[in-house]
Amino acid sequence: MAGNGDGVTLLGYWASPYALRVKWALKLKEVHYEYMEEHLPDKSPMLLQYNPVYKKIPVIVHKGKPLAESLVIIEYIDEVWKHNPLLPQDPYHRAKARFWAKFADEKCVPAMFRAFSKVGEEQVQAAKELRENLKILESALEGKQYFGGESIGFLDIVVGWIGCWARMTEEVAGVNMIDADMIPLLSLWFQKFLELPIIKECLPPQDKLLAHTKEFHKMLTMAALT
Amino acid sequence: MGEEVKLFRSWSSPFALRIVWALEIKGIEYEAVFEDLSNKSPLLLQYNPVHKKVPILVHNGRPIAESFVILEYIDETWKQVPLLPEDPYERAMARFWAKFCDDKVLTSIWSAFIKQGKEQEEALVAAAENLKFLEKEMKGKKFFGGERIGYVDIVLGWLANLVSIFEEIVGLKIVDERKFPLLYSWMQDFAEAPIIRDNCPPRDKMIVKFKALLDAAIASSSSSSK
Repeated sequence: MAGNGDGVTLLGYWASPYALRVKWALKLKEVHYEYMEEHLPDKSPMLLQYNPVYKKIPVIVHKGKPLAESLVIIEYIDEVWKHNPLLPQDPYHRAKARFWAKFADEKCVPAMFRAFSKVGEEQVQAAKELRENLKILESALEGKQYFGGESIGFLDIVVGWIGCWARMTEEVAGVNMIDADMIPLLSLWFQKFLELPIIKECLPPQDKLLAHTKEFHKMLTMAALT
Repeated sequence: MGEEVKLFRSWSSPFALRIVWALEIKGIEYEAVFEDLSNKSPLLLQYNPVHKKVPILVHNGRPIAESFVILEYIDETWKQVPLLPEDPYERAMARFWAKFCDDKVLTSIWSAFIKQGKEQEEALVAAAENLKFLEKEMKGKKFFGGERIGYVDIVLGWLANLVSIFEEIVGLKIVDERKFPLLYSWMQDFAEAPIIRDNCPPRDKMIVKFKALLDAAIASSSSSSK
């Protein structure tokens, strides 16, 4: 979305799933923002100034004030722009959404990364751990269409990118991550979520992402073998 | 009122202690259920099947796990003595710093305590760099929350009593008063606050526990090295 009417700038990287989920949040809230692409691995002076602690994207700047860490940013967006709420209203359901977001980021994502970057037995174990943790995550759906219920919410946009990246890394790393027999409901949810127009139109170009993923994989596995 | 609040904790878990402090600060009546973590109760396993850990808050029969998630739930449910700031940007910054405290400060200081040799040296360097950011954050404030204890203070509170225990056991300075004067005086102010002082595990017992953990870590690392 062009234009800076809401006073929001997003510093991102085209292949970053963390920047992507912030984009999804902004899109769902219909917030107009200015997007600035960081040409990683080079980091702009602006990025270093706005995120001196981690020096990473995504960073949003709202009315001159910077914020880093995608989940922190998404909750901020939810609190400032109150229409189309992302988190549920009830504190208990909010707690559950935050619990599962933490679980996905701390248990599923590192396992996926290890399955992608390691070789041999380490890779096999990591892929197994990912499949088991995705099975646990599936229970959070509780038979609903989306984690948010009838429509998507916080947990959908926090976790949804895994479906896209997992399929890509399965192809590149040659390991099974999304086992449709093991996680039929989650598998279906990944498909439905990624097909939603508002979600799909923010995804990075898939051929470009595949090439990028292949390069990254080569680099990581060479490092693992030396 | 028919409110039933239970906290599953252990005598020493610093994560459970955060919840004790939050409940006490807000004046919430609760029942503490002490768990022997080497022999977890069926109730613990039922209430937190995913992680099987403490703390768990059970409010009117509904369980919530993960200390950050519990703290936010408490703040949203009992509105007296707010832990998080009102302003959305300040709230976001509090969440940012809380995450930094666990992801960076806690992990580097724990490594500085439990590791040996080069790994310990590197952890000490990382810890110092992380503490510099916190020192900067403390400028002009008595507590991270301002005039009174807030969310970040509670999250970082373990530093106030555990660090001196670690320093005593390994004979190394981790939080040097000369390098981190503001942080050092925060540690004193926090530890001396009545609610904190009255809700801390006994120091002698803690020394025994952490010394045993360190001995076990040294034993397993020397038996696994060639």
